[in-house]
Amino acid sequence: MFYAKVYITLKKSIADPQGNAIKEALLSMEYDGVKDVRMGKLIEIKLADKSSKEAEKRVKDMCDTLLANTVIEDYTYDILEVQP
Amino acid sequence: MKFGVVVFPGSNCDIDCYNALRDVLDQDTEYIWHRTKNLGSYDCIVLPGGFSYGSYLRGGAIAKVSPVMDRVVEFVESGKPVIGISNGFQVLVESGILPGAFLRNNNMKFICENVYIRTESISTPFTNLCGKGQILRIPIAHGDGNYYVGDETLKRMEENNQIVFRYCARDGEVTDASNPDGSLQNIAGVCNREGNVLGMMPHPERCMEEILEGRDGAVIFKSIINYLKGGAVNG
Repeated sequence: MFYAKVYITLKKSIADPQGNAIKEALLSMEYDGVKDVRMGKLIEIKLADKSSKEAEKRVKDMCDTLLANTVIEDYTYDILEVQP
Repeated sequence: MKFGVVVFPGSNCDIDCYNALRDVLDQDTEYIWHRTKNLGSYDCIVLPGGFSYGSYLRGGAIAKVSPVMDRVVEFVESGKPVIGISNGFQVLVESGILPGAFLRNNNMKFICENVYIRTESISTPFTNLCGKGQILRIPIAHGDGNYYVGDETLKRMEENNQIVFRYCARDGEVTDASNPDGSLQNIAGVCNREGNVLGMMPHPERCMEEILEGRDGAVIFKSIINYLKGGAVNG
């Protein structure tokens, strides 16, 4: 069994108003030196696949077809083997 | 002539669209539950506003995999008109029927107010009764209406006359101050290359009668009726 962690972030070229609001809040709390904040999503998926190769292929497919909108977002993922 | 208004779990402007078409414009109109697998009897499909599937993940992202959407794609390919309003517009971009994507409003607020939009293309089934550059006053109600599209796609869209509406000032001038949500180049509505699919963020179904302080929205639906009756599409 596999466990996928999918990280979705806005493309670097795209402004992130939420990240910016968080940055302003951190600065107002006097966390000096906060240069930039980008906010994204973490999606955790448990998979019954037999091999990590198969799991990875399916996770990539899921990202391209639903989890991320590749017009505005990038994605990465980690896939870990876990005990059922 | 028959209109179908798609209802996803979480749609909330479906009743307004139904009212606009059936009660105000006297058109044969039916609700279409999102599990419907046959759209054969309809002449025009409306994807209404709201929060389909709670707008989880991204607005329109989960609705695009509803069973009805495969049928909507076929409907689009058959050349019949489809209009997506607000969340319906988001469903159309998420499903790849229209280009672009939506970001959070640049001021991070949900905005519900009347805005002015300028008609940039009158050669569509949805704007054929508009005058060139006609200014319409129509309400918006969205938190994720900040339209974005890549440079190359935008260029192609401009060449193909696919920008249908832009946010503007009362006098029609397209300015930064009249852009409510940060949409690229003040874009408020676009159509596909073939011109038979329109997505727009403003809600024409909410301003169909004087009792609602304006009826500028009616020209959009009347244009569709005119088109379906065989009326000429300008240009």
